[in-house]
Amino acid sequence: MQLTGAQIVWECLVRQGVETVFGYPGGANLPIYDAMLDYPVHHVLVRHEQGAAHAADGYARASGKVGVALATSGPGATNLVTGIATAYMDSSPIVCITGQVASRFIGYDAFQEADVTGVTLPITKHNYLVTRSQDIARTVREAFYIARSGRPGPVLVDISKDAQQASCEFDWDAAAPRLPGYRPDLSALPSEYQKAIDLINSAKRPVILAGHGVMVSGAMNVLQELAERATIPVAMTLLGIGGFPASHPLNLGMMGMHGEAWVNHAIQEADLLLAFGMRFDDRVTGNLKSYAPNAKKIHVEIDPSEINKNVKADVALVGDLRDVLVTLLPSVEGGDRAEWLDHINEMKGDAAVRDIQNLPDDGHLYAAHVINDLWRLTGGEAIVVSDVGQNQMWAAQYYRHNRPRSHITSGGLGTMGFALPAAIGVKFARPDEEVWVIAGDGGFQMTLCELATLAQENIKVNVAIINNGFLGMVRQWQEFFYERRYAATPLLSPDFCKLAEAYSHTAVRVTQRSQVRDAVEQARAELGTVVLDFRVEQEDSVFPMVPAGADLHAMIRRPTSSVLVETGADVGKR
Amino acid sequence: MQYMLVAYVEDKPGVLNRVSSLFRRRAFNIESLTVGHTDQPGVSRMTIVVDADEMEIRRIEANLYKLVNVLRVENVSSTPAVTRDLALIKVAADINTRAQVMQLVDVFRARIVDVANESLMVEITGTEDKIEGLIEVLRPLGIIEMVRTGIVAMTRGSTTVTVNPPLVPARVPEMTTA
Repeated sequence: MQLTGAQIVWECLVRQGVETVFGYPGGANLPIYDAMLDYPVHHVLVRHEQGAAHAADGYARASGKVGVALATSGPGATNLVTGIATAYMDSSPIVCITGQVASRFIGYDAFQEADVTGVTLPITKHNYLVTRSQDIARTVREAFYIARSGRPGPVLVDISKDAQQASCEFDWDAAAPRLPGYRPDLSALPSEYQKAIDLINSAKRPVILAGHGVMVSGAMNVLQELAERATIPVAMTLLGIGGFPASHPLNLGMMGMHGEAWVNHAIQEADLLLAFGMRFDDRVTGNLKSYAPNAKKIHVEIDPSEINKNVKADVALVGDLRDVLVTLLPSVEGGDRAEWLDHINEMKGDAAVRDIQNLPDDGHLYAAHVINDLWRLTGGEAIVVSDVGQNQMWAAQYYRHNRPRSHITSGGLGTMGFALPAAIGVKFARPDEEVWVIAGDGGFQMTLCELATLAQENIKVNVAIINNGFLGMVRQWQEFFYERRYAATPLLSPDFCKLAEAYSHTAVRVTQRSQVRDAVEQARAELGTVVLDFRVEQEDSVFPMVPAGADLHAMIRRPTSSVLVETGADVGKR
Repeated sequence: MQYMLVAYVEDKPGVLNRVSSLFRRRAFNIESLTVGHTDQPGVSRMTIVVDADEMEIRRIEANLYKLVNVLRVENVSSTPAVTRDLALIKVAADINTRAQVMQLVDVFRARIVDVANESLMVEITGTEDKIEGLIEVLRPLGIIEMVRTGIVAMTRGSTTVTVNPPLVPARVPEMTTA
């Protein structure tokens, strides 16, 4: 079958099961866009290419399938960069297809030419420059295979305009991936399994550290089985949230910089850490020298380069997490760890209740209120896409997720502006689910142009802006570590309600606790997107907090004067 | 400490860039890096010498393996191996000093590959130490120009490494929202 390169792109995408792509057309990818009209793929026109990459990323995180972003050459492609780096840091499988100037112009500084494979080399799992139409099929197949296998990640395919236009024979079967150097499926040595089993069965104070790998490998059920059989409490990384039900008695909650005190104390006092699909990021460990000093570490990880990178593993099990846990499970003995659990519960105290529903309304609106109410009113069933900063940490602390792939956020790169475009991808991946964006007034303004995409696509994503008039997390650091010198953190925002209305969305401003319920219920009831502008307390901070580089147990606790003390979330009063 | 890695890579455009970019990005120090063809079509071989500690060299190895175009990495630092470096050295030598240079070249089993009125070009192959030794004694006579290839290495004995592991099909991550 003779096809143009552009047609081959779509033939391949359709065969990979792609139904939705996110993109922006331009001169160098015109042939791809022209051919698109003949294929059963829905194209979502974003308002900035960064939004396309985030949307593809959100789609991938919500579905486990590969997300696809399209952009033209030069500025189109460089606008993808932040989104690609975000996906890279969080191991999210996306394929970006960019147009490139015709091959005879490459290297001659042609109009809208940029060295896109050069630019994205360190932030992609792999990338390609294709200048011949007969190479497109194999390259696209390889790109999908690489993106979703092993430790997933972004792959970029840069296709010159002449390769899109030229015709050649298309043979799908002959274009199978040929990747002799790529080994995504590694397995651990049997001797390592035995060591791991011995450590687990003899541990007195074990803690499971569940990361993003739980979702990626689909290990939720076997993780729960293992935790229950051996009675091991489970702490989660930011991206691990949802990998273990928040309502489960063995759930500890989030660990690390803004993890609750009892979680970090449990880790510091543990005699065994079972690190499942996580990478000991600095936000999780604090000072490495004093991290879990008495604990042996079992590290289960698909990427061998993560083993011994930050924390020395006593036992390393390289491989797919679910496979490893399935292998381990039969040998794991039922453990009576009542003493250890009692100790943790004692540390928790009544903080575990976290009941802020019955707080006296003192006229102030706190972000914790808002998110807690949102959690209750949505029955904990919504997919929450959070942005970056205080809003992200509050969302992680107060919205309790029982399902995997229901908490979506930019963890590793910490990309402000991620939430809104990512939520568009999430909604396309899971159209029947309730999707909420939680964003700050700063991050929301970085990508708010995607409100137009929501309107054009006529899809519903509710947006909760946690509006405190500051770049809140930076302000918090300035308060704690820079003597409240608020350099460039006070933030003037437009009237978000008028703005949302300009994009034909409904908008509600909320300034009192008493208005939260009605606003959320209205947002849920309306057919279209609703933007809620929550005017929260301006100088509220996220607690507890482990200062960057400090010991994990050295937390800044909630000040006793804070209204949050009454939430019972303050563990300091034990 | 100095470590030596041998890497087999696919002979494709940009692979050298990927490897060197990795070293730059992860802040590893390259002392020497050489690339050349192998007896297998489509496969190039790199010899990389780095200054690192044991943890670092493991990280380097693991990160090299992550590059899709890297077929095989072998740490030959503690394996008996032959290592060679080649240098071309242009030395100032007129009619009065020429004999002296030629004598030194003889001692080091190097070769004169070009003779001019005011200079000689010396070619020397050997270990780094041997080449350093020759440079040291030629320096007082006036080195005009010098070029070195960097180190290549091969393990001793008849064994070798396979560079073509079979392609393993990946398990497609399932939709896991239940």
